Amino acid sequence: MTSLLNQIATITALNLRTIPQRGWMSIATVMAVALATLVLLFFLALSNGLSKTVEGSGADDIAIVLREGSNAELNSVVSKDQLNILATGPGLRRRDGAPVVSGELLVIVDGIKRSTGTAANMPFRGISADGISLRKGVTITEGRMFAPGTNEIVVGAGLLREFAGFEFGKSIRLRGSEWTVVGVFEAPGTVFESELWADIAVTQSLFDRPNIFQTMRFALNSAADLATFREWAKADARLKGLEVLSEREFYAKQASQSSGIFMIAAWGLGLTMAVGALAGAMNAMYSSVAARASEIATLRIIGFSGVAAFVGTLIEALILSALGGLVGLILAFVFFHGRTTSTLANSSFTQLVFKFDLSPSLVASAIVFALVIGFLGGLFPGVRAARQRPLLELAG
Amino acid sequence: MPDLIRLADIDKSYTRGKERIAIFDRLNMHIPAGDFIAVMGPSGSGKTTLLNLLGGADRPDKGTIEFDGKRIDNLKENELARWRAANVGFIFQFYNLMPILTAAQNVELPLMLTNLPAAKRRDNVATALKVVGLEERAKHRPRELSGGQQQRVAIARAIVADPKLLLCDEPTGDLDRATADEILGTLQLLNRQLGKTIIMVTHDAAAAKFAKRTLHLDKGKFDERELAA
Ligand SMILES: Nc1ncnc2c1ncn2[C@@H]1O[C@H](COP(=O)(O)OP(=O)(O)OP(=O)(O)O)[C@@H](O)[C@H]1O
Ligand SMILES: [Mg+2]
Repeated sequence: MTSLLNQIATITALNLRTIPQRGWMSIATVMAVALATLVLLFFLALSNGLSKTVEGSGADDIAIVLREGSNAELNSVVSKDQLNILATGPGLRRRDGAPVVSGELLVIVDGIKRSTGTAANMPFRGISADGISLRKGVTITEGRMFAPGTNEIVVGAGLLREFAGFEFGKSIRLRGSEWTVVGVFEAPGTVFESELWADIAVTQSLFDRPNIFQTMRFALNSAADLATFREWAKADARLKGLEVLSEREFYAKQASQSSGIFMIAAWGLGLTMAVGALAGAMNAMYSSVAARASEIATLRIIGFSGVAAFVGTLIEALILSALGGLVGLILAFVFFHGRTTSTLANSSFTQLVFKFDLSPSLVASAIVFALVIGFLGGLFPGVRAARQRPLLELAG
Repeated sequence: MPDLIRLADIDKSYTRGKERIAIFDRLNMHIPAGDFIAVMGPSGSGKTTLLNLLGGADRPDKGTIEFDGKRIDNLKENELARWRAANVGFIFQFYNLMPILTAAQNVELPLMLTNLPAAKRRDNVATALKVVGLEERAKHRPRELSGGQQQRVAIARAIVADPKLLLCDEPTGDLDRATADEILGTLQLLNRQLGKTIIMVTHDAAAAKFAKRTLHLDKGKFDERELAA
């Protein structure tokens, strides 16, 4: 056993020390694996960042009511009457005797993407006075909150970073009315940072949607009250066709839709490039084995085993591909980890601002991905190395 | 002297494409321990094939090979590799050293197949290099050595694990006369002083003179009178 390990160590050391003689081919292999890893990580980090942001927006003790079957807020309609009935439900948190409720309306306005200068859809949300307290972690960082009943807007810091047109203090014309940006708010790591907020009643009237809401948010006494509230709403015929979700459930559903697309892109493109990298790795390893044919034959005559020749070749391939994976990882961290980006969040057709996020589990997937390329790339060349006959003539 | 090797009724053929080339047909031979044999013969007569069989690098189609009273023709591939490591040293025409390794590292290779601790391996390597007169060149790489010196390193590698049998395929084929004679002198020394049994294939009649006896091989057959002698 010690002998076999000795043999493997000896052959592997020989292989690795002769890599410089096959320099270009080895570098090409490393780069091909690096590139495939980089592409995979790009989309995985995109998907992960997006779902983290969307999921991070949801609390368990806030109920969202919208029309059944409408995945996106835009498709939902809830009437003023229904809002009033819902506000009498059980388990709702009260402040000064009244439930903490926000009926909301989401409309789309135009913004300009700073990086490209092109127009993009911005979510403009009418919220009630309680709307802010129904969202955790929101702080006004510049200016002040909009005053109820006025044409005032507060803008999310994330949106402001990525899109132009809503700078603090600016007056904007939307649907024929004049609005003023009176404040900037932060809500780190949530979808809210990508939104514009204004008073619900003003929004309804100036966007010509009187008494129409799309969603309603209710503060619950605790997460456990969701079920009670949901059952109660279900039993009331006047609330038929409405769906009650916790805020977390609502966003989790959205996250899985949009991040799923990136996930497919990640593995689709990643695996396509992996096939290329695999061909490169296999080619490099075959030529490595060919270049060392006489060395291997000599070692075999001396008494080294075929297994050692196989493992030595495999380890060489694994080391090259691990190196490629590492280069890909480093490039990913340098080029896009933590970088802010925005994309069309597909359920509401508006832009969502979030950060590329390389989690430890993504790093692990990338390493496994690279090693699998190396393993497959070294497998058949390794078998060829092991089959090298220990004949004198060949060694000459 | 008792026999170190006995070949009995050896058949060996190669197939090239559809063609079957018979090399040996019922070859019989025995080699006493301590012998030094030069094998001569025309190209293609089977000299290298014979060395491959004697050294356990290849197996006969039929017949038995005994080494030190034990059969080796029926060993499995990996058993044969282990057997080679313990019992045979090979010396090649073109030395077959690893260019990336120093002389000492090249000589150490066969010891990597043993369980000897590193310190003991170093001692044995130093001894082997001393036997071939190259202790000063331990740290040199093959390309920094002359052909004769490289072949000395190869000889040190062949004897470092202390095998009973040395097989040499044209060991001086690539060397000038004076250097060849030095190498042959070293082989003679190994035979006389350390009792190594040596079988050396050569085309060079002058080289063959260093051996105790010469056998001529032609189309897979030895000269019967020489063999009987
Ligand atoms: N692995 C092999 N596969 C097929 N044919 C082989 C193989 N090895 C040797 N032969 C053939 O067997 C015959 C004997 O070869 P061998 O190498 O033993 O000759 P040799 O006496 O060593 O010749 P030379 O003096 O040229 O080295 C030759 O015809 C050779 O082509
Ligand atoms: Mg030959």
